[in-house]
Amino acid sequence: MSKSIRLKKGFNINLAGKPQTSVIEADQPETFAFKPSNFHGILRPKITVAVGDNVKAGTTILFDKKNDRVKHVAPVSGEIVDIKRGEKRKLLEVVILADKTLEYESFKTHSVSDLVNLTREEVVEQLLEGGAWPNLVQRPYGIIADVDATPKAIFVSAFDSHPLAPDYQILFKGQEQYFQAGLDILKKLTPGSVHLNTNADAEVSSIFEHAKNVELNKFSGPHPVGNVGVQIHHLDPINKGDIVWTINPFGVIQFGKLFLEGKHDSSRIIALTGSEVKTPQYYKTYTGASIKKFVADNLKGDHVRYITGNVLTGEKINANGHIGFFDNQVTVIPEGDYYELFGWIKPTTSKISFQRAFGLLSFLNPNKEFVADTNTRGQERAFVQTGVFEKVLPMDVLPTHLVKAILAQDFDDMEALGIYEVIEEDFALCEFVDVSKHDIQEIIREGLDLMQYS
Amino acid sequence: MKFLRDALDNVKPNFEKGGKWEKFYYIYEAHDTLLFAPKDTTKSKGVQIRDAIDTKRLMMTVIISLLPCLLFAIYNTGLQHFLAIGQPEAAISDIIWVGLIQVIPIVVVSYVSGLTVEFIFATIRRHEVAEGFLVSGMLIPLVMPPDIPLWQVALATVFAVIIAKEAFGGTGMNILNVALTARAFLYFAYPGDISGDVWSYIGSGNEAVAGFTGATPLSIGAEAITTGENVVASLNAYGSGWADGLFSFSNLFWGFYPGSIGATSVFMCLIGAIILILTGSGNWKIILSVVLGAWATGLLFNAIGANAFMEIPAHYHLVMGGLAFGAVYMATDPVSAAQTETGKWIYGILIGVLTVLIRVFNPAYPEGIMLAILFMNVFAPLIDYYVVNANKKRRLQRATV
Repeated sequence: MSKSIRLKKGFNINLAGKPQTSVIEADQPETFAFKPSNFHGILRPKITVAVGDNVKAGTTILFDKKNDRVKHVAPVSGEIVDIKRGEKRKLLEVVILADKTLEYESFKTHSVSDLVNLTREEVVEQLLEGGAWPNLVQRPYGIIADVDATPKAIFVSAFDSHPLAPDYQILFKGQEQYFQAGLDILKKLTPGSVHLNTNADAEVSSIFEHAKNVELNKFSGPHPVGNVGVQIHHLDPINKGDIVWTINPFGVIQFGKLFLEGKHDSSRIIALTGSEVKTPQYYKTYTGASIKKFVADNLKGDHVRYITGNVLTGEKINANGHIGFFDNQVTVIPEGDYYELFGWIKPTTSKISFQRAFGLLSFLNPNKEFVADTNTRGQERAFVQTGVFEKVLPMDVLPTHLVKAILAQDFDDMEALGIYEVIEEDFALCEFVDVSKHDIQEIIREGLDLMQYS
Repeated sequence: MKFLRDALDNVKPNFEKGGKWEKFYYIYEAHDTLLFAPKDTTKSKGVQIRDAIDTKRLMMTVIISLLPCLLFAIYNTGLQHFLAIGQPEAAISDIIWVGLIQVIPIVVVSYVSGLTVEFIFATIRRHEVAEGFLVSGMLIPLVMPPDIPLWQVALATVFAVIIAKEAFGGTGMNILNVALTARAFLYFAYPGDISGDVWSYIGSGNEAVAGFTGATPLSIGAEAITTGENVVASLNAYGSGWADGLFSFSNLFWGFYPGSIGATSVFMCLIGAIILILTGSGNWKIILSVVLGAWATGLLFNAIGANAFMEIPAHYHLVMGGLAFGAVYMATDPVSAAQTETGKWIYGILIGVLTVLIRVFNPAYPEGIMLAILFMNVFAPLIDYYVVNANKKRRLQRATV
């Protein structure tokens, strides 16, 4: 049964720097990187290449010794130029200097009509070999999908409601065939439904509108309506013992290409957004691209923060850092490391706020596009305010109590209060609005790690 | 303002690790962040931007909502002084002057004594000075009698901050409302100075006017239980000759009658409530449910009508004593109130019910709201416990369907 669901809770953070609809095919970046930290659940990464090796797009470069069937592959062909490690030799990045014309590892190809005849085992095998498997994220915990598990359903969110989010209509234009093939493949993986959740508040891209073999659900409301976790909660909530998988449309298309064309194709469109970008727009590139060429000569200021992803769930990178595996977006905003005289009480119309305490006037101007910087706007304190997290979390979950259960490491309470239903991104808005400035997302991940590993 | 920043940066090394006043870092830090919003930036992972609100602004919003009550308190303290000594024609400047002289020292003592404790604890425990006391420090004077000895204000404040707050871990961890704890402390430790004939400031060398008994609307109600006189008639009769209609319904609403310094005016509390609700700093559910609980209990007692105080029209309960002030400023303290949304309704209604219950059945404590809120502060975690359990049960039931 397809459903139409309307959510009221949440908050759209309206920022300056929305991307224009133009898609640029500029010079490709020189380097691309694979970052194990983009995934949860890679415990013992083992690199299978060395600096100086040449790889093709789709060559295995890394696997997890604890989960050795899942292969992580090179997004592009080229030479491994760097393997960056951090403290305690923790693997940070495998950097590839890309070839001018890409070479691909070849995998088995299938025609569209063949796909129906494939068995689940064949599908799983090819996804693993072709390096497309890590697109599948398993809930609870938001980890790389377990090869031996059978999910009760698979969920695809067909829109992104985060601040400055790219328009999926532009990202995936013309990929109908691959998208449908990908959905057919997903259908093989679960005995339940494949849910495709579209945005009821905007024009639905034809690529999603005509999708077959899926439950097509419609969601409307403010962010986090596009978060797949929120959608799952309203469609088919995760109970104890349940396993569901999620995947974003890029992953579905990558599945389709792997089977129809027999190659690991990581070509994608990303949006360069944010108030500090001169011309925010879309760029054609590949997964893991360096942002160096995109941001060069394209910035308004030089004291900026580069973020792979969006301002709520993204991660800070440096000026020649690489875009994350799951990110369709790079955001550039001003750094906020300045003092402000009486900044804690001065009335302001220029700082965005969900709240309306004295002097916070941004609510008077809901259509204004705000420039937000990285200043924390205050220091961490004990929990004081109540009832605000609840207004930005459209789930029947008690956010404050769940967070406190995690801080107290109370396993029974964490489970009873619904930790299986959430991952960090669902709590990102709570972290944003928190008057006490806690790192809510970090706390949620701590809780997930506790439940999973102890 | 660069010179100010430079001055702070100049002395900062003395307070940092290895500096000669290293121990007092958090005292320095409190002043620094009061002048300048800090330059901290978000972490590399997690949200990259933060909402413009912080606890300082939130607490300041509550203080702003208290300003109508404070300003009214200054005027009314002066006014009641001149009414009580039989000079109702006193010039407005004199009224305000007397009000200022009585009220401002209490406010100052409350802040100085409370903040001293806060600074000491921040220094000993090595944490930032939390802003919670900024609100408590303003609430405490407003619920004191106008003629309270200053040393008692200081003692009560220190007691409340240490026992009700710091003993539990500081702002955000307390179970009881700090300001009400201060008042309850005085109530039980020095009953002579906070009950009876203390609600108007007479001043030494002045004689109270004939007919002045020091009564409050609540004490008249409590007396009616034994005398059986009609409470409304007694209220209307009080003050005749020296302050006609002192306890009339409209005067009780506007607040020009003797009582706690800043808690008499329902009108000013309504202004405060509007500020709190519009700014999201106070919870409307709690305010509304306290009022509804008190009103419904008043109606119920009207129906029973076993004694004269029970027969008082229910809406009188809403304007007498500190119910409005308690509902708007005390019950809504987010730390000591129930924290779940359903719990807030239950918490508020029970405060209203208990307040009227205490007023009508326990004349030893004519003002019920103080004890009602403290009592429900203790029960708030229990209310939350059941609301949270209901959420857990919903989740479990879903699993078996």
